[in-house]
Amino acid sequence: MLKAILRRLLQAIPVLLIVVTVTFLLVRQAPGGPFDRERNVSPEVLEALNARYNLDQPLLTQYIDYLSNAIRGDFGPSFTYINRSVSEMIMTGLPVTFELGLYAITFATLLGLLAGVLAAMRPNTAQDYIPMSVAMTGICLPTFVLGPLAVLIFGIWLGWLPVSGWGFSPGDKILPSVTLGAAYAAYVARLSRGGMLEVMSQDFIRTARAKGLPEYLIVLRHALRGGLLPVVSFLGPAFAGLLSGSFVVETIFQIPGLGRFYVQAAFNRDYTMILGTTIFLSTLIILFNLAADLLALWLNPRLRTRSTRV
Amino acid sequence: MLAACGGGETIVEAGTRAGVLHLGNGSEPQDLDPHTTTGVPEHRVQMALFEGLAKLDGDTLEPIPGAAASWLISDDKLTYTFNLRPDGQWSNGDPVTAQDFVYSWRRLLSPALGAEYAYQLYYLTNAERFHKGEIDDFSQVGVRALDDYTLEVNLAHPTPFFLSLLDHNSLYPVHAATIEQFGRIDEAGTRWTRPGNLVGNGPFTLTTWELNRVITVEKNPLYWDADSVQINAINFYPIENYTTEERMFRSGSLHATTELPIEKIAVYQEEDPDLIRITPYLGTYFYVVNTDQPPFDDPRVRRALGMAIDRESLVENVTKGGQLPAYAVTPPGVAGYYPRAAVPYDIEEARRLLAEAGYPDGEGFPPFELLYNTNESHQKIGVAIQQMWQQALNIQVTLANQEWKVYIESQNNQNYDISRTGWIGDYPDPNTFLDMFITDGGNNDTGWSNAEYDRLIAAAARESDPDQRLELFQQAEEILIEEMPVIPIYTYTRIMLISPDLLGWPDNILDRHRYEALSLRSANTED
Repeated sequence: MLKAILRRLLQAIPVLLIVVTVTFLLVRQAPGGPFDRERNVSPEVLEALNARYNLDQPLLTQYIDYLSNAIRGDFGPSFTYINRSVSEMIMTGLPVTFELGLYAITFATLLGLLAGVLAAMRPNTAQDYIPMSVAMTGICLPTFVLGPLAVLIFGIWLGWLPVSGWGFSPGDKILPSVTLGAAYAAYVARLSRGGMLEVMSQDFIRTARAKGLPEYLIVLRHALRGGLLPVVSFLGPAFAGLLSGSFVVETIFQIPGLGRFYVQAAFNRDYTMILGTTIFLSTLIILFNLAADLLALWLNPRLRTRSTRV
Repeated sequence: MLAACGGGETIVEAGTRAGVLHLGNGSEPQDLDPHTTTGVPEHRVQMALFEGLAKLDGDTLEPIPGAAASWLISDDKLTYTFNLRPDGQWSNGDPVTAQDFVYSWRRLLSPALGAEYAYQLYYLTNAERFHKGEIDDFSQVGVRALDDYTLEVNLAHPTPFFLSLLDHNSLYPVHAATIEQFGRIDEAGTRWTRPGNLVGNGPFTLTTWELNRVITVEKNPLYWDADSVQINAINFYPIENYTTEERMFRSGSLHATTELPIEKIAVYQEEDPDLIRITPYLGTYFYVVNTDQPPFDDPRVRRALGMAIDRESLVENVTKGGQLPAYAVTPPGVAGYYPRAAVPYDIEEARRLLAEAGYPDGEGFPPFELLYNTNESHQKIGVAIQQMWQQALNIQVTLANQEWKVYIESQNNQNYDISRTGWIGDYPDPNTFLDMFITDGGNNDTGWSNAEYDRLIAAAARESDPDQRLELFQQAEEILIEEMPVIPIYTYTRIMLISPDLLGWPDNILDRHRYEALSLRSANTED
């Protein structure tokens, strides 16, 4: 088991190296540089700026310098935010994005599971169709529509919740968390319904029914653990996705998270920032996938016997 | 940090009561160092933290005393002697001295700092040579401290707008000991601009700077005119999304926005006309033409394109933000200058010119591309002009949009046929618009070159008689419009939302608002 984990971690190293190299080369291929502005920068100023960020060195030297610094955890200074290091920017944005992601995924899991399990208990009845239709709408409705709509209704018309901010006034974390979580709740609902239906048709459930156990006990005690499997393997990567993909929600609600930095860095050709966040998020995605696999192992004993070959 | 909103009180209402101003401020400032930043959001914060020798009056845009109590200009208009305030202090209690300005300007001109706005000091004797590394001895540059409170500045040529430049962030003073404590004089991006470190001489001091969240400044009790400052604190929020900003204003979270989405203009004009503020802005929206390639190397073709645009209809039906149709490049009324040159809207004449150039009724005119950076309003304008050219001249143009940096690179490399551009003036003077089109000018991406134009702009720079100087600009702009390497479209406006609680917010073409002149009083107009 431990050996398997170690092997997975070791496999991550070449993956990360490829990510760094490809990103490093790609950002420099993109037309337009970090100092291309509407107002042209004079040659002597451009020279000074290039010297400040080592861009006057040969590409290979830059690459080696970057790698050796990155290994030591130094991702260099941001090109756009002149007095910040990339590490500082990530460390500032990460806790916010992490908190937002955590609320969103919690909301998504609770709501999605409830809907999915209810639907699976009476398939092909109103109790199934209604939550599943809502879920389908949730999947189809993009956050940039849902967010402003929620703001309009709960923030402006009803005046119940703040329209923006993060930690400025009580309740301002609710709308962004729900908006971000909604699409995931829909996925969770569909996955848990599918998982539950499959488990509920199996022999041990029939046995439990035959023994006269009440339905809610069958669901809670016997079916849920198995039915959760597809949800769990979805949640790991989903959470990593939330961390890198909350840009839209962060913009709509004025949240100082990592997503805004990441997307802005690409627009600004902020080479170090693009690289730093890409490496960081790739690492997170690898770790969350691993965590999800381990959790699945714990949930499903049948996988465990083959665990040495994970 | 922020007053909790109890009892249904909005952030704005609480702010008005406590004298705390809440402002939208566009994008997150790149830094707060006045010498290394170039943007408007940075400038708006720096105006609170620093003060130049002179500053611009919000109503008249005339220079008024700032860190200097008075100044004397020599008869040949080349020597400026500034008398600094004896009571001027940095926020740590040190006196603001003439040496501080010498240090600060030396820093701006240090080649290694890489200050993009160093050219703002090129009007000083030998400043350009020092910045380009041609001389190393700063004492040869035209700025000198005669004593602690007297600063002498020597200009290479009479520069009527020099006093206006003093209010630009690049010419603000920095505190030498603080700069040196965190790095070298020519080092950018050190920690000196962090809260707790930053020492300034402005009406406010920096208390918090939370990345992408808020910057808070508080009233500086050591500011020389602190008694007249009525605002206790200002929160600057980095809000890049105009729609979010508008919603925050509507829900009572902001006293003023930086922008207003186009689709909201009509709504506010109808329902809350007292909240929306539209003011002319020192900027022109235009198309640049790549004059190096046929058929655009023929001035008749360029002029025909310029004449076939119905600008009245464009601003009324497409841009809809109170913009003024522009018939010349310099906006009207800049430092008493109203351009005589004007490109007429004359389809007949345009067709005649095009025929004369060898394309009667657009026959044989090669199809070309109109480039713009990806943006809905640029696209709308492009579509309208595409139709106008097609209908009036029977020529085919396709629209091409590129992401911002790609577009900038295409334009810099002159890799376009016709491209949209905007130019916002640095200071209220025609020179800021006209000197960009001199031969090989750093921002002249048209390839256009005209010896007489260059001569007139150079002559204007040396002319000490103000009327004669404006006359030279008039002649230059006549050439520019006759030759039309640029097709002016409209004069920009600033469109924003202002709470009735906010008083003393003047309308001016620089969108310059001195925080020390503002005050807050509950207007009680909202329920």
